[in-house]
Amino acid sequence: MTIKFQNICKFYDGAAAITDLNLDVQQGELVVLLGPSGSGKSTVLKMVNRMVSHDGGHIFFNGKDINSFNVQDLRRRMGYAMQSVGLFPHRTVGHNIATVPKLLGWDAQRVQSRVNELLYLLAMDPKQYANRYPHQLSGGQQQRVGVARALAADPDVLLMDEPFGALDPVTRAALQLSLKKIHRATGKTILFVTHDIDEALLLATRIVLLNHGRIVQMGRPLELLQQPTNDFVADFLGRADLGLKLLSLRPIAPHIKAMDGAEPIHTISHTATFKEAISHMATLHVSSLCVVSADGTVLGQVHATDLLETSYV
Amino acid sequence: MSEPHALPLKAPRPWAKRLGFSVAALLLLAYGLPYSQPLFAALFPLLPRPVYLQEPMAELMWQHIGLVLVSSSLAIVMATLAGLATISQTGRAFKPLMETLAAMGQTFPPVAVLAVAVPVVGFGELPALIALSIFGVLPVLQATLAGLASVPTPVLDSARAMGMSPRHILTEVQMPLALPIWLAGVRTSVVVNIGTAAIASTVGAKTLGLPIIVGLSGFNTAYVLQGAMMVALLAIAADLAFDWLALALHGHTRSADNEA
Repeated sequence: MTIKFQNICKFYDGAAAITDLNLDVQQGELVVLLGPSGSGKSTVLKMVNRMVSHDGGHIFFNGKDINSFNVQDLRRRMGYAMQSVGLFPHRTVGHNIATVPKLLGWDAQRVQSRVNELLYLLAMDPKQYANRYPHQLSGGQQQRVGVARALAADPDVLLMDEPFGALDPVTRAALQLSLKKIHRATGKTILFVTHDIDEALLLATRIVLLNHGRIVQMGRPLELLQQPTNDFVADFLGRADLGLKLLSLRPIAPHIKAMDGAEPIHTISHTATFKEAISHMATLHVSSLCVVSADGTVLGQVHATDLLETSYV
Repeated sequence: MSEPHALPLKAPRPWAKRLGFSVAALLLLAYGLPYSQPLFAALFPLLPRPVYLQEPMAELMWQHIGLVLVSSSLAIVMATLAGLATISQTGRAFKPLMETLAAMGQTFPPVAVLAVAVPVVGFGELPALIALSIFGVLPVLQATLAGLASVPTPVLDSARAMGMSPRHILTEVQMPLALPIWLAGVRTSVVVNIGTAAIASTVGAKTLGLPIIVGLSGFNTAYVLQGAMMVALLAIAADLAFDWLALALHGHTRSADNEA
């Protein structure tokens, strides 16, 4: 499922909010719309399911102009999750998740099994949670239900508007990993809005950086960090800790060396990034770590000098 | 000292008991009044006729209830439809007007509505019905508007974004969420209406206000007391019945307090 923005414009009271925006989102991409407040990133997202209309240009969903769809049919084909979640307070968790499948006329059995499947996917036991009301859940659980509800009818596209913005760091990290897993497992096309650079670097297959309603730069996370097109990009991504951000994007796996001499005492998982490895070394006051796989097998070691002297190109 | 663990786990339901008591007292007074001669004679030794027997009290009660039922039903239907109309495209323009009317109407004394109705339609049941219906509209209209306004914006947004039609959103999101506030308005409207219907006796409608009017004009305090007790008991019973209704609906109409 593809989304194509062609020369999109949007005006609010005569002032341009979005100016001549062009963007092609391919099947299976996780595109993060990144930018400061007022950059128009949310507006762009909401145009896709026509929650906000565009004033100029065309948006194509799977090659067809979105204005040629019945608006309700279009929205039912796109999952939507947002920061304030918007669960129905008078309905149970199960009932909330079942909203779109019921609108699409699924039979009760199929709805029920889908609800259970999704609750498992988001690490919530259906027996425990399906019959609870939203006010009986924590903020993180509510957001999980919000994501489950967005995924309920197996939509072609997932639109997410700062869904994890209001959560504490621990819950947010857990949900980011859940989303990453879901994206890998389902291959869904996802459009994700955030102003959090780390979240963008972690999730995105492609980042679209917006400012004042225009695309400033787009590309893979590594490209943005290494080749910022102008000062705005460099400043927004954080000049000072650019190095640390780069470290967080690189896995240690290709840099594992065979053991020679004394085996390091401390271990690290083979799925860790440079950033995690170096952070480990700093806290433990060592310059090398023993790399182990998930089942505890020793794979080799990594050295601080190797990690820091690796070229990023 | 009472033992703390002896407390019942489930909260007792005082409304059920109180509703039963007030209905029983109401019926006892309505049907037992003709037999209460000795009691009221003892209470009011100076009155030659201490019990109101011109009309059977039970009959007045049923007429009172009938008048309230018809006028309140009319009022509720009119007010609810008018309130719901404000969320449609064409009705939206009338929302500020209705809000002003509803707010203004609350400051209007019920007697004034009756006083205005009589010169227009004359004496009898009809002016009472008209006045009571009009006066009953305002609390329900205000509650309908307040109830609809209480539905959190993110909930409406997510309903729209999931592809629910405006009709679906109205019946499955807005109406259930507005229900508790709406019901509170209906309750106010009906209870006030029971009191106002007593005053309707002054314009010729036969209600429980009749013994009060007759008693006042004939200096018979016993009549006033009997009429007033009947009206009060009826209003209390209705109020408790709404308590029960609100409680019965509670499970389906959770408050929206978690939707910031």
